[in-house]
Amino acid sequence: MQTHALSSAGRDAVKIMNRSDLTRRLVAKLKHEEAVIGGIGHTHFDLWASGQRPQNFYMLGSMGLAAPIALGVALAQPARQVFALEGDGSLLMQLGTLGTIAQLGPKNLAIIVWDNGAYQITGAQPTLTSTGVDLVAVARGAGLAQSVWATDEAHFEALVDQALKGAGPLFICARTDKQPPAGVTERDAAKIRTRFMEGLKVSTRGNQQTYDRAA
Amino acid sequence: MAQETAGKAGETWDETIVRVLKANDVRLITYVPDKVLAPLIKRLHADDYFTVICPAREEEAIGIVTGAYMGGLRGIVLMQTSGFATLPNALASLTVPYQIPMLMLISERGTLGDFQLGQVIVCRTMRPILESLNIEHYAIERQDDVEFITDRMIKQAFATQAAAAMILSPLLTSRGNKKNGG
Repeated sequence: MQTHALSSAGRDAVKIMNRSDLTRRLVAKLKHEEAVIGGIGHTHFDLWASGQRPQNFYMLGSMGLAAPIALGVALAQPARQVFALEGDGSLLMQLGTLGTIAQLGPKNLAIIVWDNGAYQITGAQPTLTSTGVDLVAVARGAGLAQSVWATDEAHFEALVDQALKGAGPLFICARTDKQPPAGVTERDAAKIRTRFMEGLKVSTRGNQQTYDRAA
Repeated sequence: MAQETAGKAGETWDETIVRVLKANDVRLITYVPDKVLAPLIKRLHADDYFTVICPAREEEAIGIVTGAYMGGLRGIVLMQTSGFATLPNALASLTVPYQIPMLMLISERGTLGDFQLGQVIVCRTMRPILESLNIEHYAIERQDDVEFITDRMIKQAFATQAAAAMILSPLLTSRGNKKNGG
């Protein structure tokens, strides 16, 4: 099972799928309050449209930081499975984070990249993946041994199942089309953060108590 | 706890900072190296209390500490002035709007005798960036102030969900050094 799920074709050999559909397939499998960090752009729009779970975090800016934020959550809560959803253009901005994740090796972290080869939200200008950068090869080179292209929807779901077993870190890349997202996230950063922390059962009151104790 | 946070004679600035971080339950350390910060970094690596991460870029550290905070683990980013200069986008689009108590400890390079031209120029950008983002910042110049400033700024950051930039001036870190430039 593991060998099969993690064996991988190259970028050119895999099916081009739909980001909204794959996001919904992922979310449908989340039964244990898993955390999901949605990267900037259509990535978090589709996460929002898949149902506003309290354990979802939507990035209105800071391009490239979905994986680092997810890593931070994974370190803080080792018992919780954490997913980062990121676009190819965003990940290209912060490739060093793949090495950081490989070095730390959190079992509860999976990075999912939607690779449509374009900066879709700014007018679909081509990204470097459209001219040859293979992000799975990059991730493997950074030390993430479990890095794979999802060959089709069933394979993508099998990879998510693998991540949900706590077998990370996993790096999953899916080729996606350029269909528009299924919704638009409500742009209220403070609300997104407080709701996410409630979803993760972390209270700022707890921080306040720490403050009082030390004062 | 009050005793623990009381000033201790004969401490170096890096010893004091380790003590203050522990007193405030700041366990996650992220840093991009700097020569001035080296003794502190060495001390943090040697102490099992801390989880210490050295990512590729300061932006990455901001992301990691943000995620950790939201997950209930307190962290800090250590960097030098030039590293801070890479951060305005992450601070303006993540830290400030999401109200993250982002602790930053910045070793101030490019002033008071630095020999690196690049450091000197980039140093001029630090305070205008902090001011324009309305981020609390304070330079620490004397050992006697290390505990008061760091402890108070950390507590204020978490109490108000706002970033804090603690600047280590050469007046603190390099006084007595014969060689310029930290």
